[in-house]
Amino acid sequence: MELIVQGLAEAFRRIVSLDPTVFDAAGASLAVSGTATALSVITGIPAGAVLGLTRFRGRSLVLSIVNTGMGLPPVVVGLFVVVFIWRSGPFGDLNWYCTRQAMVTAQYLLAVPTVIGLTAVALQSLDPLLRTQLLSLGATRSQAAWILIRESRLLILGAIIAGFGAVISEIGASLMVGCNVLGDTRILTTAITLETSKGEFGSAFALAFILLGIIFGITALTTFAQQRGRPA
Amino acid sequence: MLEARDLVVYRGARPVVRASGFSVAEGEHVAVLGPNGAGKSSLVMALAALLPSTGELRYRGAPINDLQAYRRRVAVVFQRPLLLDRSVRENAAIGLAIRGVGRTARNVRAEIELARLGVAHLADRPANRLSGGESQRVSIARALAVDPEILFLDEPFSALDAPTREALIADLARVLRERGVTAVMVTHDRDEALSLADRIAVVMHGELRQLDTAEAVFGMPADPEIAAFVGVENVIPAKVEASTDELTALRIGDQLVEVTALPPPGDDFPLLCVRPDDVVIARIATPSSARNSFAARIVRLEPLGRRTRLVLDCGFPLIAHVTRQSAREMELAVDDRVVASFKATVPHLLPRHRAHTARPS
Repeated sequence: MELIVQGLAEAFRRIVSLDPTVFDAAGASLAVSGTATALSVITGIPAGAVLGLTRFRGRSLVLSIVNTGMGLPPVVVGLFVVVFIWRSGPFGDLNWYCTRQAMVTAQYLLAVPTVIGLTAVALQSLDPLLRTQLLSLGATRSQAAWILIRESRLLILGAIIAGFGAVISEIGASLMVGCNVLGDTRILTTAITLETSKGEFGSAFALAFILLGIIFGITALTTFAQQRGRPA
Repeated sequence: MLEARDLVVYRGARPVVRASGFSVAEGEHVAVLGPNGAGKSSLVMALAALLPSTGELRYRGAPINDLQAYRRRVAVVFQRPLLLDRSVRENAAIGLAIRGVGRTARNVRAEIELARLGVAHLADRPANRLSGGESQRVSIARALAVDPEILFLDEPFSALDAPTREALIADLARVLRERGVTAVMVTHDRDEALSLADRIAVVMHGELRQLDTAEAVFGMPADPEIAAFVGVENVIPAKVEASTDELTALRIGDQLVEVTALPPPGDDFPLLCVRPDDVVIARIATPSSARNSFAARIVRLEPLGRRTRLVLDCGFPLIAHVTRQSAREMELAVDDRVVASFKATVPHLLPRHRAHTARPS
């Protein structure tokens, strides 16, 4: 218990003094996870819309793969990314090993199935006649899809929150592909692991509180956006 | 304005409804009538280019090739209002937004239609806070806001309670008249069809069976199933005894019936159709112009809303409807002897085998 209290005090001190090692890790976490989430939204929502709104041969198989992807162990994703970007791997020429690009790639692969899967579910949960109604009003397929995505914004924002939450709190893949380089690829979760292994609980708590603060702040913002305009 | 020939409508790979001939003229209101599951909605969805079909579909004389361009000239109101999670005004304006109309212009148009439907005061309210009747009014306003050349309505009143439905039907009839919009409306309610339609298309078992004026469909149904559906309860097998320029004499058991209807060509055993409302009941035979009067025994009396349904035995079974007041005043009871009569001009003769009379306008 004493360790926790000491750790909390140390956390407060470091946060108030704007300790660069803490804030560098926080900035790296936001940059990597924010980019990975943004990419997963840009690609995942249209893919989810296709899965949710169209019927094609093999659609159930694709949905099964996407749903499996929602439960991918981060270390397995990390392993695959490392193999692909390893110097002798198919993308070795990119020299991405131990870089933020590699971390973004790994986190994107972790987040995108969640965004695709939950977007598809959100759109499938709408009244199927709603799309027909929009087409009957002269909407093109893409206009109808966009209106339906807007109509599902509550669930889709939930998908984005879930995707972001999954990547900002993961450690295995980021550690494997990013190598935890101080001032570059050291993010909050890898830094917490390192500080804890060194017995530096104050630093670990400071990092943990910042991580919790970021998760809470972003979740609160998206939840506010999600609930805005809802009836009381 | 819109014509369909040899239309077969599909849901997936399955043909669900066939229409050898359908048409609606500019400004005309056609009701598509039939029992639940008959294929009415599928037919109308295909006419609105929302379901795949084979056969010929022509709009203003030309085949419909560009489905989206055609859809931008028509509008559909469904059974459920299908409003978006936005304000009433935004919902009413969504079709115009789809067409790229600017916000100010589309809001003005939407508010005009909302006012026409009596819901302009709800314009700022979220659509999910409306009652069923209000939602359907917004849904109709949304369809009218795009100024459709044809308005398709797929049972838009069926989920509403009776007073709301009656008020909305009256308002819709007024709006359709004011706007001069061509309309095709699905319904399984005969009264709804009668109050809104110039012509009625009857769909049964996935087939358009009859397309004609309301008087013709209700007075001269094309086949026994349509007759039963439109309330012609007396469909009696008869035999043609003689036919002159003025009258056709028919034998039903020991009784002779005279009608002005011509027998179906080549069919000496037609079906005699008499609406129960057209049968007059009296205690004693009195001289009248009715050429068909039969001594009858009351087999059964059943209350039927504001009427009483009498099942009579006149040597052949005959059903009559009288007001409850008449039944009370005449003190009608089971096994009573009465006289049942109907005029020769009333019955309609159907061929024993079904014929289709879907007739373009």
